Amino acid sequence: MKKLLKYLKPYTKYAVLAPSLLMIEVFLELQQPRLMGNIVDLGIARGDMSFVITTAIKMIIISFAMSAGGVSSIFFSSRVSQSFGADVRNSLFEKIQSFSFSDIDKFKTSSLITRLTNDVTQVQLMVLMGLRMMFRAPLLAFGGFFMAARLNLKLSLVLAIALPILAAAVTFFIYKSFPLFRKVQKKLDRINLIMRENLSGIRVVKAFVRFDYEQKRFDSANSDYTQIGIKAGSLLALSMPAMIIIMNFTVVAVLWYGGFLAQSGEIEVGKIIAFINYSTQILFSFMMLGFLFINISRAYVSAGRINEVLETESTMQSPQNAITKEISNGVIEFKNVSFKYNKADKNSQLKNINLKIAAGETVAILGETGSGKTTLVNLIPRLYDVSSGQVLIDGVDVKDYDIETLRSFVGMVPQDTVLFTGTIADNIKWGNPNAQDDEIKNASSISQASEFLDAIPDGYDTIVGQRGVGLSGGQRQRVAIARAIAKNPKILIFDDSTSAVDVVTEAKIQQNLKEQLSTRTFIIVAQRISSALDSDRIIVLKDGEIAEQGTHSELIAKNGIYTDIYKSQLGTEGI
Amino acid sequence: MPPPTGRRHGSAMPFKKAKNPKGAIKKIWYYIKMQKLALILTSIAVVIQTASVVYGTTLVGTAIDKYITVFNFKGLARFSVLLGAVYVVSAAAGWLQTRITVSVANKAMYNVRNDLFAKLQKLSLKYFDSLPHGELMSRLTNDVDNIGQALSQSIVSLISSVLSIIMTVFAMLIINPLLTLVAFLIIPTGILITKTIASRSKKLFSKQQKSLGELNGLIEETISGQKVVKIFGREKIIIDEFAKKNDELKQAGTKAQFLSSIIWPTMNSLNNLSYSLIAFAGSLLLLSGKTTITIGKISNMLIFSKQLARPINEIANLFNTLQSAIASAERVFEVIDETPEQSEGVSVADIKGRVEFKNITFGYNSNEPVLKGVSINAEPGDSVALVGPTGAGKTTIVNLLTRFYDVDEGSILVDGKDIRTLDRNSLRKSLGMVLQDTYLFSSSIKENIRYGKLSATDAEVEQAARLANVHQFIMHLPNGYDTILTDGGEGISQGQRQLISIARAILANPSVLILDEATSSIDTRTEKQIQQALLTLMSGRTSFVIAHRLSTIRDAKEILVINDGQIIERGNHDFLYNKKGFYYNLYISQFKRIAEE
Repeated sequence: MKKLLKYLKPYTKYAVLAPSLLMIEVFLELQQPRLMGNIVDLGIARGDMSFVITTAIKMIIISFAMSAGGVSSIFFSSRVSQSFGADVRNSLFEKIQSFSFSDIDKFKTSSLITRLTNDVTQVQLMVLMGLRMMFRAPLLAFGGFFMAARLNLKLSLVLAIALPILAAAVTFFIYKSFPLFRKVQKKLDRINLIMRENLSGIRVVKAFVRFDYEQKRFDSANSDYTQIGIKAGSLLALSMPAMIIIMNFTVVAVLWYGGFLAQSGEIEVGKIIAFINYSTQILFSFMMLGFLFINISRAYVSAGRINEVLETESTMQSPQNAITKEISNGVIEFKNVSFKYNKADKNSQLKNINLKIAAGETVAILGETGSGKTTLVNLIPRLYDVSSGQVLIDGVDVKDYDIETLRSFVGMVPQDTVLFTGTIADNIKWGNPNAQDDEIKNASSISQASEFLDAIPDGYDTIVGQRGVGLSGGQRQRVAIARAIAKNPKILIFDDSTSAVDVVTEAKIQQNLKEQLSTRTFIIVAQRISSALDSDRIIVLKDGEIAEQGTHSELIAKNGIYTDIYKSQLGTEGI
Repeated sequence: MPPPTGRRHGSAMPFKKAKNPKGAIKKIWYYIKMQKLALILTSIAVVIQTASVVYGTTLVGTAIDKYITVFNFKGLARFSVLLGAVYVVSAAAGWLQTRITVSVANKAMYNVRNDLFAKLQKLSLKYFDSLPHGELMSRLTNDVDNIGQALSQSIVSLISSVLSIIMTVFAMLIINPLLTLVAFLIIPTGILITKTIASRSKKLFSKQQKSLGELNGLIEETISGQKVVKIFGREKIIIDEFAKKNDELKQAGTKAQFLSSIIWPTMNSLNNLSYSLIAFAGSLLLLSGKTTITIGKISNMLIFSKQLARPINEIANLFNTLQSAIASAERVFEVIDETPEQSEGVSVADIKGRVEFKNITFGYNSNEPVLKGVSINAEPGDSVALVGPTGAGKTTIVNLLTRFYDVDEGSILVDGKDIRTLDRNSLRKSLGMVLQDTYLFSSSIKENIRYGKLSATDAEVEQAARLANVHQFIMHLPNGYDTILTDGGEGISQGQRQLISIARAILANPSVLILDEATSSIDTRTEKQIQQALLTLMSGRTSFVIAHRLSTIRDAKEILVINDGQIIERGNHDFLYNKKGFYYNLYISQFKRIAEE
């Protein structure tokens, strides 16, 4: 929490003003019981009507001044807390944008989203309450105690005894409830998880007819949650009456001891009434503090999670004096490259890869699931850093390039096709924000997206990412390819990008690329032999190593892994 | 102290009005009324509690008048014991009331959640396909929480607030009607102010809610697609867009926050005004000497007027909470009341596996048929392959056979019986499916495979994994079969997930097997390796195989070529190949070129 406080700095003025105005409010509020006591003792008891009138008018004026103080304090505290929240959100978002792929993998997408939304709301709320209650409650408590002591020192002894007891009670309940509520949250998360899984996996549940199983699983999570919920609720049910009874007994004690003191003439009735008023004020502020503390501890957890993100230095940054010159040829070279996603992993995903791809060459990469194909191409635009060795583009280590420059020359169609809310044209423009209509059309015709775009009513203005407009997997892939082509990259990478496109269309796409983008270095990660057939060279990976490479006929002649794959796709007997 | 969990702050609460609040309340009542005894007890406790609080306050006044002002200390001591006793009763009743409500509410919500979940399991796939996922999820979580919150806190607080207002007013009237009138001078003003502020802040809140929704949407989308954002170097543009939306939220949020917060000091100030007026009027009465007013009674009136403020404030707050809870309840019960898939058909076991599609026509929307007049005939043990371009209707055939959807025209017969007369569950138990989107649950790999047959031993699970050629891979994982699959499944590729789902189907040992693009993410070499396993699996079972890759289906007894919802060619591979039609072209585009190189 402390580290986040620096985000309050730009609003120091308001952050000071809010509690200051609050102090005025509290100060005035503390005057009310005293004035009331005076009305009784000095006005009514003595029959002094004009004193009653002037005091009452005073009280009315004070109450308006109070609300003026309160309202303006709220004005500043809402401003501070909302601005604080917005600033934290902004820097959090910027930080995440600077993250490398491995940073994102580490945090997990869903957790990053929670941090940006719930956690920020939580600390923002904390600041708001902090600015109000954190000052208000102690001020009211201490001020009240002071005023009470001024009325009658002896009687304030009652408070001196009651306050520690109440403080102890509040601490006890906070101490007890905190771990309980954490458990409640955990059980709730579990319920939500099962719900979510059953929504997403409904076809599987239905296909295997696992209603009873799922119902049992849910029921056990549900009853766990109910039990712990009742436990936590019971604790709260106890806390409120416990505090109120402490408070009420204090009132009884004040009455009793006050009555005793009144007998000996040490205190007047009005003062006793005022004293009772102060007591209730003090006790209420204590309860408020208790409530506040529970919330603080929650915000603390959130603050910790936010800080964790803010303090993570992106593991990938452009070097100083980064090279920003354009990539003019597109020669790619892997020198002794090894790679692991995690240092702790037993096996390397890539082992000692040495590979040179010439400018304008078309290379296909084949291999079994998990052989390292995607990992290999991810290293080219520096989505991940090598564990050892070097990846060079046009003779320069990718680590020496300015990251943005590097990526602007590499067009990549990733394995899972993510499109964003907006029109199809907007999505294609991701490749080039300044793309004109004809450029968009051209990119789409190369990727064969135009084929279906021309056939639907809204064409390029069709909104995607919203419900109802379902592009099929193959259609999405074609849009994603157009997006990469629109970038006009020097190096184009397809990572299994045509898996949902039928073979006829795929062949057309490749043909178009060959004709129109022949100067590009082109790398295709593929499952189908047909995707690889037209390549200048085919590289076969096995367990993170290059097992074979060469043209189709060279590889067939070798009669190795490639031939196996070939035969498996062709059918063993051939045609 | 309200519980810190789940309690949403006003700022995050969408203001959605219920369409039929009475109906929703009735349905909630159904869940509460099961606990009649508890309800009666709580009601008694609430009455005792509020009454004892009011009574306690009047006693304080009596203490001042009868003992303190006349210096009767002995009497006061006795009286204090009485007062203390009243407070103990009040606290005990307070505890009992909350304690019972907590348990009533939690138990009721337990039942609501279970019913909701059970209904989900019974709803047709059509329902899930027609409702956005996020929307349904929010009903299952946020809305249910909302109702729970209202049940455990708001309702009792509403009742006790109303009761304490009534009792307080009653007590005040007994003490002095004239002063009560003075106290009430303020109330209409208070209501007016609250109403004005509330109606304005409502608008601001919905504006804030809208900005928040937009911002969250942006967050969800960009963070999920973060990798694409980076590949295309869009970080700066997105950061700007975010900052803009964030600023909109800030503006709206600040205003909403401010306006909704000022109710409290305003009411407080009004309350103080009324306090001063009572003090003034009381003194006036006392000095005039005409009425029976005493110092103790004035003090009582003052305390009461303070006490009135709390429940009035509370009711104002509760109104919003309850309104949104009722809207939530409505949305939740909409799901619970949805008509389930009917399942009263004849139960079947030991299906032999003869499957006939007789002239099927079907569309997801009634006016756009996806399948038109499709007929298929498969004898037990036959393998039927479905090929055709994307969107031709292959998966739809699977959806119909499993009765995820029912046909519009025609009929599907299994072993000669119309599947609409069969019990859905028993039908599905006889069908084994490996689907296009492999859905695995976030539990261990072992549990996921065992999903196919819950009674399977570890050895059987391993055997299935071996057949699916995934055993080796699993053993390479640090935790082996106990590896927990997490969302997104980092570290486990799509292909490996598919292998696991094949193992799951192998374990289920069904009479009819459906493979819907089951091997699309598996490289062909691995596929070749499991081909043998699939062939073993398929032998003796009727199987339907859908694939893009023609190699997978060459051996099928009959190949159906589907285009635009119709079967345009059928026959075995050799027949279709020699026919030189649609199939031939598909086939050629994939193999011919390879073969001719």
